[in-house]
Amino acid sequence: MSHYTLDARNSLCPMPVIKTQNKIAELQPGDLLEVVCTDPGALNDIPAWCRINGHRVKETSEKGDEVAIVIEINAG
Amino acid sequence: MSQQRKAVALISGGLDSLLAAKLLLDQGIHVEGINFYTGFCVEGHTHAIRKKDKAKPKRNNALWSAEQLGIKLHIIDIIEEYKDVLINPKHGYGANMNPCLDCKIFMVSKAKQWMEENGFDFIITGEVMGQRPMSQRKDLLPVVVRESGADDRLLRPLCAKNLAATLPEREGWVDREKLKDFSGRNRKPQMALAAEFGFEDYATPAGGCCFLTDKNYSDKLVDLWQARNKKEYELDDIMLLKVGRHLRPAPHYKLIVSREEGENKFLKGYKKQFSSIELTSHNGPLTLVDGKLSDEDFKMASRIAARFSQGRDADMVTVKITGPEGNEKTIEVPPMPASEIKQEWYI
Repeated sequence: MSHYTLDARNSLCPMPVIKTQNKIAELQPGDLLEVVCTDPGALNDIPAWCRINGHRVKETSEKGDEVAIVIEINAG
Repeated sequence: MSQQRKAVALISGGLDSLLAAKLLLDQGIHVEGINFYTGFCVEGHTHAIRKKDKAKPKRNNALWSAEQLGIKLHIIDIIEEYKDVLINPKHGYGANMNPCLDCKIFMVSKAKQWMEENGFDFIITGEVMGQRPMSQRKDLLPVVVRESGADDRLLRPLCAKNLAATLPEREGWVDREKLKDFSGRNRKPQMALAAEFGFEDYATPAGGCCFLTDKNYSDKLVDLWQARNKKEYELDDIMLLKVGRHLRPAPHYKLIVSREEGENKFLKGYKKQFSSIELTSHNGPLTLVDGKLSDEDFKMASRIAARFSQGRDADMVTVKITGPEGNEKTIEVPPMPASEIKQEWYI
């Protein structure tokens, strides 16, 4: 299991979702991906994308103008 | 046991594509959604930018549709490839800068490519014959079929009974009798079908899902191309057209004046790409400056920016001009009276 970080700051949805989707395509089941965004819409869109594609959101947090979403990759 | 057939559905986030996919799911077809991002999609951007919209729930309607359907959704970035569709549309533009027919042909051709790469059997769309004046006219639906290369692997479940049978119908993968014969601009059949399926709270975007159908937005795009003497753009250009007041006081420069706190914050992200004007003596908007300005131009631009600040009635205001490299200069100017702001400056 490896832990990765994806910087999706300063891009507006759906770009953070697209970046997340493309990054996850490179990862293995069990890997963790932390996505950092500045568009608060990502807090809805990335978990929605994970639900329909079979991945698990482990944690979401907000700090200042940034939001972070930690995803556990499943086989999808 | 017969093989389960697979369809890729173009999911826009609107009601029609939701219903089209649902009709096929109910026939036991394996459906996955595909959503193309051109950079001009209305989805959520202005909500994300403007503070005044923050009370509204933010959601991506394509993702919402997929979740209602219980299908996977693949969102594809086609920003670069889409430039040629917009800049050189073979079939021309609609009422504004919307190349709807070329856009539909392009998206179906991309869906065909995805279908072939992923081992799917056919494509479905939510098109309804006669619903839209440019891309869904009866005589133009075959153009999409032909020019996309999808041929008879393109099925339109909402109006299939009005059209010749496609491969999935002829081969018996899909029961044609369970498809629909919708046509025209009347939305009642779709709304009734949505109620039958139990879909509520679906998206009903006024003016469609694309900024290019909007006159104000299209005017700003045309102005951008005229000012540059060439039809080209980058993603940042088209994002900035969605934000703020745009004024062109002279042919060689444009001002983007934020209208509220959310836009101020968004425009701040561009301070390393543009010169900017901010008031230091009063509260006011952040103004980005697009163009090469002389000192006199900056003075005039600062007076205009001050007009939209809380110092508009003061004799003088102090403004800070910051270059893209971070170099700062402070000047004092009298705010421009409203009567001197020419209407034709507004883009």
